[in-house]
Amino acid sequence: MNNTKSIAVGAALLCGVLAAPFTSAATTLESVKEKGHLQCGVTSGLPGFSQPDDKGNWTGIDVDTCRAVAAAIFGDAQAVEFTPLTAKERFTALQSGEIDMLSRNTTWTLTRDASLGLNFAGVNYYDGQGFLINKGIGVDDATQLDGATVCIQSGTTTELNLSDYFRAKGMEYKPIVFDTSEQTVQGFSAGRCDVLTSDRSQLAALRSKLSNPDSAKILPNTISKEPLGPVVRQGDDQWFNIVKWVLSVQINAEEMGVTSANADEMLKSDNPGIARLLGTDGDMGAKLGLPDDFGYQAIKLVGNYGEMYDRNVGPDTPLGLDRGVNALWTDGGVLYAPPVR
Amino acid sequence: MNKQKIDSRPASPKPWYDPRIRAIFFQTVVIALVFWGGWTLVDNTLSNMESRGISTGFGFLDETAGFGIIMSMVPYDATMTYGRTFWVGLTNTLLVSAMGIVTATIIGFILGVARLSSNWLVAKVALVYVEIIRNIPLLLQIFFWYFAVLSSLPSPRQSIDVGGALFLNNRGLYVPEPLTQDGFGLVWGALISAIVGVVVLKKWAKKRQLATGQIFPVFKVSVAVLVVLPILAYVVAGGPLEWDLPALKGFNFGGGISIIPELAALWIALSLYTASFIAEIVRSGIVSVSKGQTEAAKALGLPNGLTLRLVVIPQAMRVIIPPLTSQYLNLAKNSSLATAIGYPDLVAVFMGTTLNQTGQAVEVVAITMAVYLTISLSISLLMNIYNRAVAIKER
Repeated sequence: MNNTKSIAVGAALLCGVLAAPFTSAATTLESVKEKGHLQCGVTSGLPGFSQPDDKGNWTGIDVDTCRAVAAAIFGDAQAVEFTPLTAKERFTALQSGEIDMLSRNTTWTLTRDASLGLNFAGVNYYDGQGFLINKGIGVDDATQLDGATVCIQSGTTTELNLSDYFRAKGMEYKPIVFDTSEQTVQGFSAGRCDVLTSDRSQLAALRSKLSNPDSAKILPNTISKEPLGPVVRQGDDQWFNIVKWVLSVQINAEEMGVTSANADEMLKSDNPGIARLLGTDGDMGAKLGLPDDFGYQAIKLVGNYGEMYDRNVGPDTPLGLDRGVNALWTDGGVLYAPPVR
Repeated sequence: MNKQKIDSRPASPKPWYDPRIRAIFFQTVVIALVFWGGWTLVDNTLSNMESRGISTGFGFLDETAGFGIIMSMVPYDATMTYGRTFWVGLTNTLLVSAMGIVTATIIGFILGVARLSSNWLVAKVALVYVEIIRNIPLLLQIFFWYFAVLSSLPSPRQSIDVGGALFLNNRGLYVPEPLTQDGFGLVWGALISAIVGVVVLKKWAKKRQLATGQIFPVFKVSVAVLVVLPILAYVVAGGPLEWDLPALKGFNFGGGISIIPELAALWIALSLYTASFIAEIVRSGIVSVSKGQTEAAKALGLPNGLTLRLVVIPQAMRVIIPPLTSQYLNLAKNSSLATAIGYPDLVAVFMGTTLNQTGQAVEVVAITMAVYLTISLSISLLMNIYNRAVAIKER
């Protein structure tokens, strides 16, 4: 009898725990402020995008996107903690609330936007899929890849683009699917595959990791559109707006010539656009639930988009990527941020 | 009425003191609570996912998958559905598990017997093998077989060529594929009748031995029948078999049957690792048979081979089977490490790519767990049936 009773009591307690409300009422902004830092999901190591340096500091364009948001909220670009995630883990981590925002070179697609309960808050790098191949094979164009074995990272849009491309061209291929981009490089250098495919920016980074980078080259073909950007959970429009507008402010800042170096000077600017951007005029910050000088903080502490680009992936970095389509619309690129007004 | 006849039972108690009623009451309460708890969990998950705008349900299984898979036992291409990727992953998991179980058992039994060998060198070699292999994490062994062995193999254009039919390179092992032509049915027919013949022969030989005491060399005759009859049929039918030879075309070899390095690495690692555990199980089984049994068999005049076959092994099996079952289960579950080296098993294909493309983690993970549970329970069931067959029959 005693046994039965204690089991019953145990079950009742268990059910009490289960029935406890799972949803938290606080908004993302409130919970971030309460924690005192922003929790940001990044890659486990991709040069130029998000990678810890030898002192454990994270650097990269995706990392800076997070830092800018932290700067806008706290006035402190260091108030971020990073969660390294594989491509497979990233959406679950965001959905479950483990991270506040995901900035992990993630491609914006309809399926992801519509069925994962997530929102893409803009684009911080316009990319496209390409191929990395050993020079010795003697292939100059992706159309010569019929029958090739391809190393690829699991859980990416790359897997689908690859299949579409080869199907459209009536060619065959053999996919070798690895969990991390590290492993794809290992497989490629072990000779398991003829070609490694990924976003072109990543190929440049992965090529630099090869023991002999000169033995491999990137084919000229770009087979897909890969707009990469920060992602937030659906259902919290305020937070969505914050992430979206911090990025827009950075792009607008480059257009108006505001940099981290001249931000203090620009505070005295007569230009009404710059005044709204830096928060000396209007209540743009309050509309987002942020301090009015959020734009100033983001630009002062992290920099405008151009600075972010040049510092991490630009021509003077090991990746050496030209601005290309990532230039401002005024310079022939596609970067066009809505106005701050 | 009958006051003299004393009832040994106490007077019937109030219902809430009746142990039987109380037991039923509490059991009902517990079951209700368990079901309620489970339902709350499911309901909570579903409503939370809905409120966050995450798709739910199993409709995704009918959507087009759109990604390629390197190896498939069932017909597959990128235009098929996510449901089909499930079967591709499942069959690949079953394939490597079945291959692993067979080889691990063979290697394990050989090693287990070798451990007990009176030859010092053989016994020590087996000991060293067991101690090294079972103490290194399986994942590292899989990486070893994959990357260490892979990088030492040549590229397709410098393949190791055995007689122009067998090719080995870092893309895998390529062997000729037999293509059956018209008339091959005769060979199958011959093989089936040979098997039937062997079964009949065995029954007859046993009957004769019981009646007359004479032993018929069943094994040798059986092997002869099984080999000779199909070959005879093959010759009579005019050799109805053609070989599809692998040949280098473009990047790689085409034609023939290929064993990809991922499968080979996983298979080797799983077999060798599990074999080291099976070896110890086999050794313990054999040691558990008391020396008196062997001595009694000797006293009856049984030769060594028969002593082993009729006396020692049947008794050892009773000790071996239950732990052997759990090793088989381990092997089947460990096969999910495939995802580390890109072998397209259930975890890599279904819980990897499919999960990520659809984003329906709860459904996909639930299906995958149910599958592994089913595989494990099936292995347990089969082994328990076998265990019952060899267990001590109490008469």
